[in-house]
Amino acid sequence: MIEVRDVHKAFGTQKVLQGATLTIAKGEAVVIIGRSGGGKSVLLKHLIGLLPPDRGSVLVAGEDLACMDERKLLQVRRRFGMLFQMAALFDSLNVYENVSFVLRRERRYTEGEIRRQVAEALEMVELPGIEEKLPSELSGGMRKRVGLARAIIYRPEIVLYDEPTTGLDPVAGDRIDRLIRRVWEQLHVTSIAVTHDMKSARTISNRILMLHEGVIYADGPTDSILGSTDPILHRFVNGISTPQNEGP
Amino acid sequence: MFIPIYQRITSFLRDLGEVSLLGAEVVRSFRLSRPSWKDFLYQLHFIGVKSQSVVITTGAATGMVLCAQTYFQFHKVKMDTATGAVVSVGMSSELGPVLAALMLTGRVGAAMAAELGTMKVTEQIDALRTLAAHPVDTLVVPRLLALLVSAPLLTAEAILVGITASWLIGVKLLGIDSAYYLVNMNRYTIPEDVFNGLVKSVVFGVIIAMVSCNKGLTCRGGAEGVGRATTEAVVIASISILVANFFLTLFLARLFKG
Ligand SMILES: Nc1ncnc2c1ncn2[C@@H]1O[C@H](COP(=O)(O)OP(=O)(O)OP(=O)(O)O)[C@@H](O)[C@H]1O
Ligand SMILES: [Mg+2]
Repeated sequence: MIEVRDVHKAFGTQKVLQGATLTIAKGEAVVIIGRSGGGKSVLLKHLIGLLPPDRGSVLVAGEDLACMDERKLLQVRRRFGMLFQMAALFDSLNVYENVSFVLRRERRYTEGEIRRQVAEALEMVELPGIEEKLPSELSGGMRKRVGLARAIIYRPEIVLYDEPTTGLDPVAGDRIDRLIRRVWEQLHVTSIAVTHDMKSARTISNRILMLHEGVIYADGPTDSILGSTDPILHRFVNGISTPQNEGP
Repeated sequence: MFIPIYQRITSFLRDLGEVSLLGAEVVRSFRLSRPSWKDFLYQLHFIGVKSQSVVITTGAATGMVLCAQTYFQFHKVKMDTATGAVVSVGMSSELGPVLAALMLTGRVGAAMAAELGTMKVTEQIDALRTLAAHPVDTLVVPRLLALLVSAPLLTAEAILVGITASWLIGVKLLGIDSAYYLVNMNRYTIPEDVFNGLVKSVVFGVIIAMVSCNKGLTCRGGAEGVGRATTEAVVIASISILVANFFLTLFLARLFKG
């Protein structure tokens, strides 16, 4: 479904991705872990063509994103839903207009039908009845969940979640994890998430990729990665910092 | 701060290139997508309706001082009644369009650059792209169309208000004979003057929309980047308007001389 081949990306002199290679099959649930500032969000943006790679290629369903102009990319992006790390809600639009953005543009449904779908989606993220609020009137965690509703309401085939549960209390976080798992199992989407939370990784993935120093350092089933004895993985997964000037 | 001259040249050329590419995308957008009425009307309200107070004030103030100053000079040579003609020709072909455009740059251009710039740095533009909406279709085209409609109307309004204000000052305050004032004004103002002014205002509207939207969409960094984009949008659009005005005056004069 998605194939990333030897992708390099630098911002100025800062090298962020240095030959990342990975393949994600249809219907998989993958979690990407890695250190803060390690380029996970940048990698996600490559998967959906928001950033072009400096070198290497990204293939979605066999088509190379680098060979497409923005209008062709828009067609490909219809298959994707994305939750941004900072939610990225349109702040001039209220929650209803944000969540229904794609549905209203497609002009396939009646207004009443859209209202019903939005209410349903907000129900799923446990924020019923906030249609008329503006993003500036919501807390960070609420915005995240509205962003999630906006990303999954139009039933994309592939959903990218950038830290879906950061900023939520443990209970709300667990509910979102369950929701992501439900979306994956019931709607048969391909699910790709970035998270720092190993408990949530266990719930929402069947495979973990670790991004380390610009390359995919580890790739395997969730259980084997979380139980790995590799020193870098072990320390990351269990949150053990190393003395300075040493280790990762 | 001193910026080396070569840097100014490269940044000017880069802006020119970016605006041209944006222009190409706008043309493609007209061909491939239907602009949203709702966005267009919203922008028309913001740009057209809400800019009126600024434009009316500018037009009136300019018409009044232009009238007074012209009268003071012409009075010395006993040409009082020609004042109306000078004000009307000046307002219609030069001052009306240029001043209205400069005020629009400050009010509307700055707002566009700041709004799109904020959307860019808070990833809202990226969100738009993931939701399969082209930023040019959804953001730039409605703003450009709204400016294309409102710039000539606002300019006409500024000209009208300016001439009316000058009549009030000239006739009621300075004591010029109203009939001669109006007759001379009518004799020396030809339709081409007004036409030229409106053609200019359309060009200026395009400049404001394209420069401001481009600065917003290419904005980098956080709040500081948005501030920089806004300032640059206003400066570049204003200078472009003044330069374009000069060449438009020459070009339009040639056009009518044949
Ligand atoms: N648009 C950009 N321009 C310049 N540098 C950028 C840009 N986007 C990201 N970077 C840089 O790339 C690096 C990786 O950023 P990224 O956001 O991918 O990290 P991350 O792994 O998602 O971190 P976190 O877990 O904290 O979200 C950072 O050091 C950042 O400074
Ligand atoms: Mg990130």
